[in-house]
Amino acid sequence: MSTLLLVAEQFQGKLRKVTMNAIGFGKAAAEAWGLDLHLLLIGEDIGDAAAELAKFGAAKVHVADSSDLEHYNTEAHTQLIAKVAEDIDAKVIAGAATVQGKDLFPRVAGRMGLGMASDIIDYTPEMTFKRPVWAGALIAHVQVETDRKVVTVRGTSFDAAAPGDDESEIVEVDVELDEDAVEKFRHSDLEEVVSERPELTEAGTVVSGGRAMKDAAGVELIEGLADAFGAAMGASRAACDAGLVPNELQVGQTGKVVAPDLYIAVGISGAIQHLAGMKGSKVIVAVNKDPEAPIFQLADYGLVADLFKVVPEMTEKVEKMRKG
Amino acid sequence: MKILVSLKRVEHWESKIKLNGDASGIVTDGLTYVINPFDEIALEESVRLKSEHDDVEVVVVSIGSEDATQQLRTGLAFGTDRAILVKTEGPLDPDGAARILQAIAEREEPQMILMGKQAIDDDANQTGQLLAEYLSWPQATFVSKMESLESDEEKAKQPAIEIEDEVAVVVREVDGGLQTAEIDLPAVITVQDRLNVPRYPALPNILKAKKKPFETLTVDDLGLTLEPKVTVLGYESLPERQAGVTVETVDELLEKLRNEAKVL
Repeated sequence: MSTLLLVAEQFQGKLRKVTMNAIGFGKAAAEAWGLDLHLLLIGEDIGDAAAELAKFGAAKVHVADSSDLEHYNTEAHTQLIAKVAEDIDAKVIAGAATVQGKDLFPRVAGRMGLGMASDIIDYTPEMTFKRPVWAGALIAHVQVETDRKVVTVRGTSFDAAAPGDDESEIVEVDVELDEDAVEKFRHSDLEEVVSERPELTEAGTVVSGGRAMKDAAGVELIEGLADAFGAAMGASRAACDAGLVPNELQVGQTGKVVAPDLYIAVGISGAIQHLAGMKGSKVIVAVNKDPEAPIFQLADYGLVADLFKVVPEMTEKVEKMRKG
Repeated sequence: MKILVSLKRVEHWESKIKLNGDASGIVTDGLTYVINPFDEIALEESVRLKSEHDDVEVVVVSIGSEDATQQLRTGLAFGTDRAILVKTEGPLDPDGAARILQAIAEREEPQMILMGKQAIDDDANQTGQLLAEYLSWPQATFVSKMESLESDEEKAKQPAIEIEDEVAVVVREVDGGLQTAEIDLPAVITVQDRLNVPRYPALPNILKAKKKPFETLTVDDLGLTLEPKVTVLGYESLPERQAGVTVETVDELLEKLRNEAKVL
């Protein structure tokens, strides 16, 4: 039987949560297309993560575990994925549209001579795909013309798979790399952004601040509101560009795409590129002192007010409500 | 050193994009066109590298109709040296764009190809990676910098990419933080929006740009036959979100979130 090869993602030995959404896609799509689902995990010291992956009902979990794979490397991953995909006759090769996925999968498609659909939000039984274009203004319905196909999937568009009791067979992948090619790119350092708050793309509530936060004190106000809601913190591009908050927090076409139950935009005017990252949210609240701000045109609830005046009040009241 | 910068002509980022009558594309009447903003950042970086290092030649290339001449002229007005337009008709998928850029790279033999990480029309984020693959070069995608866009380094228009002895040092925005890495040249580098703030070309430079070398080629000239690997069957628009209600107070807002939207 032909297969769908879903490449799981881990960081420092832990599966990234978006991988569960990608597996959710993989299970449903493999069934719709009559393919066997295979998973692949690449890294160093990833035994625990592989054991976790074995609980999702895949036919097999392929594991490339080697000290040569401490850091993600485009070339090393491309070589390994292409090899496993050939070995198992993968009809579809897929992964999450994370930064890593976006970096990696076009390279895999190029190496294998395949066409690729990026950042898909839906698929059809005929193996065509839907994906947002023009910052989500339109949805393109695309056909990958090669017999075998590569796709990356938008995590927020697919339900996360839940682990079950079954144990998939774990298969060790021989890690033999063309080191000359791999060594052309060398990791030196990672400045990690560590946050106590929920992750942006996974949180049920997101509170985002814009350039109107002005300075560190303004950022603290928004952080306080996020904490009152138990929410993830997000930001507009302008706030990130100004260095008010780390780039990691950017919501938008070029940042993270989020779709929480509740999205609260504070001091964000609503540039098209920001809206592209959050308009899939279920309920949108906008707080902005400019009544003409475009964000109000798609907000379910709008409050025209200066954030420095209303955010402290909101924080206090939300804290009380959530405690009571 | 030679740097190749690719510039895609796209609809202005604030354009109202609307589906056309037969859902085969968009209504182009009244739209204005610009250099893809990410490509413009790559362009800015190229001219900063040119000021920082001796003997850097920057060649800008665009693929598309004759209309892209306008974006290449802007590219030249930034202070680049030469322009190449590869004329194509009809839709082109990322694979086709990468094949054309590969052919140009094989003619020009640059040490670095700079381009945006994605174009804001098809949002595919594939061409740079495919190009690197076809050239068997390494790639650094999502290249950014540590300093903010309001930092002194940015105000001084310093390049963020360091180059020394056939190696570039780059900072990449990755999942979970900022990665610093070294990459052997030649390489393809695709850029994220926080790499720099592009300049506005001054009038004398715009005038000078008109006299700079400008070459026009066809896909045939490059000896290529392109077969699309991805085709668009059609487009659809999503139901637009409607504006909701305006509330007057925080209490009213929270009451509605709890009792009406039931999210609190």
